[in-house]
Amino acid sequence: MRKYSVFALVKEAMRSHKGWEPHWVSPEPRSSYDVIIIGGGGHGLGAAYYLAKEHGITNIAVIERGWLGGGNTGRNTTIIRSNYLYEESMDIYEHSLKLWEGLSQDLNYNVMYSPRGVMMLSHNTHDMQSFKRHINANRLYGIDNEWLTPEQAKAFCPPLDISKTARYPINGAALQKRGGTARHDAVAWGYARAASDRGVHIIQNCEVTGIRRGPSGEVTGVETSRGFIGAKKIGVSAAGHSSVVMQMAGVRVPLTSNPLQALVSEPLKPIFPCVVMSNTVHAYISQSDKGELVIGAGTDQYHSYSQTGGLQIITHTLDAICELFPIFRRVKMMRQWGGITDNTPDRSAIQSVTPVPNLFVNCGWGTGGFKATPGSANLFAHLIARGEPHPLAAGLTLDRFRTGRLIDEAAAAAVAH
Amino acid sequence: MLLIHCPYCGEDRSELEFRWAGEAHIARPDTISAISDDEFAEYFFMRDNTKGIAWERWRHIHGCGRFFNAIRDTVSDKFLLSYKAGLPRQPVPGSEPAAAPAVEGGVA
Repeated sequence: MRKYSVFALVKEAMRSHKGWEPHWVSPEPRSSYDVIIIGGGGHGLGAAYYLAKEHGITNIAVIERGWLGGGNTGRNTTIIRSNYLYEESMDIYEHSLKLWEGLSQDLNYNVMYSPRGVMMLSHNTHDMQSFKRHINANRLYGIDNEWLTPEQAKAFCPPLDISKTARYPINGAALQKRGGTARHDAVAWGYARAASDRGVHIIQNCEVTGIRRGPSGEVTGVETSRGFIGAKKIGVSAAGHSSVVMQMAGVRVPLTSNPLQALVSEPLKPIFPCVVMSNTVHAYISQSDKGELVIGAGTDQYHSYSQTGGLQIITHTLDAICELFPIFRRVKMMRQWGGITDNTPDRSAIQSVTPVPNLFVNCGWGTGGFKATPGSANLFAHLIARGEPHPLAAGLTLDRFRTGRLIDEAAAAAVAH
Repeated sequence: MLLIHCPYCGEDRSELEFRWAGEAHIARPDTISAISDDEFAEYFFMRDNTKGIAWERWRHIHGCGRFFNAIRDTVSDKFLLSYKAGLPRQPVPGSEPAAAPAVEGGVA
């Protein structure tokens, strides 16, 4: 792999950029691999990268039904934060945030991580009490999170309307300054490039149609649209389709797949300096480096694989955006799309061994999986390599739905998060 | 937005009047205090999350308020049939001769 640097850029500029190489190679699949990762999103590609980098396993294939990052990795609103309530969540999201901070250097690929601050708006007494509880829990655990008065919130994000007569009045906000955004495509491409450089095979447009099992129940490989491919271990990282893939191995998982929508506006000059979330009125907004306002909406209530959602959901979000930021009332929306999120009953992820030997699953990241990408991938690689979870992810077992040791972020956030 | 047929009201109404209520035909075990943790997890948490034809419960919460069941394709989101709660799992319309008695409420 050719290293990206200012010198490489100058050299290529001198010769009409004829020397750049493809980011990754797409070889013909081998007949078998040590590890197959099903799902070529950020979590799957990242797991392959960390397996190669940290665990010395390089005979790996990442099998993707569509194109890299074409699922939720390329469909989310790129919000990164770690100010969750429970220790299990703080462990994994903070691990992830720390990896985000050095990811561009680690991958030699600019993922455009921008710690511009994530501000969560409080609209009522319940929000205030809940956020202050989060802030205290976070600070005791060594994670930054601070309370802002409405005036401080306005100073941090000038377009915000904090007037008393606003439709959704604001009585404060919680701010995590280290939170922010990154460029989602670059995350998928950066991991793919770095993994490919270490010998990982990236196989796109190849759908897994079955999981083959051996005499003692262990996995032996996958049936795909390009034939059978053997594997000693399989990691499933298929987001909204995780239940579909896991059923191929006869494993039931407690997931519901819901559409989640996002949309972007026409490009504007820089006007919005941070990320603002309002769980209470379901509005999530930031501005991309291209200038588009990136807006996230709520989930549809029913389970679906349609990668689309109801217009009433985004209308509701835009109503809220226009009330919170009256300055945006005349902005035109340019594109809208949906992704399929895999939600667990307690709204915490599952990263776990399964009843099937050598089959591992990383799913249930629901509506907040992008921020977890580096941490989730890093710990999933550990799980696949060692066969047992990393201490930071030890609570995210599939077994918790039997033992009752749930991590109830659903109750903590009161909404999908 | 979905257009949903309520088999009690006999009308096609907008999704705004309804609440999705999960997978249909999951019976609460009669011996709930005696079943194992595995059986409870299976009953309480595990779901088919079907890609394709799914049987599910809906509630006409801003209408008659009643629960009913429906068959929907979760890829196209198209409803194939709505039927009253308490009826057994209905066959997919047009798939095979109906084994169950005729259903009230039509295709939504």
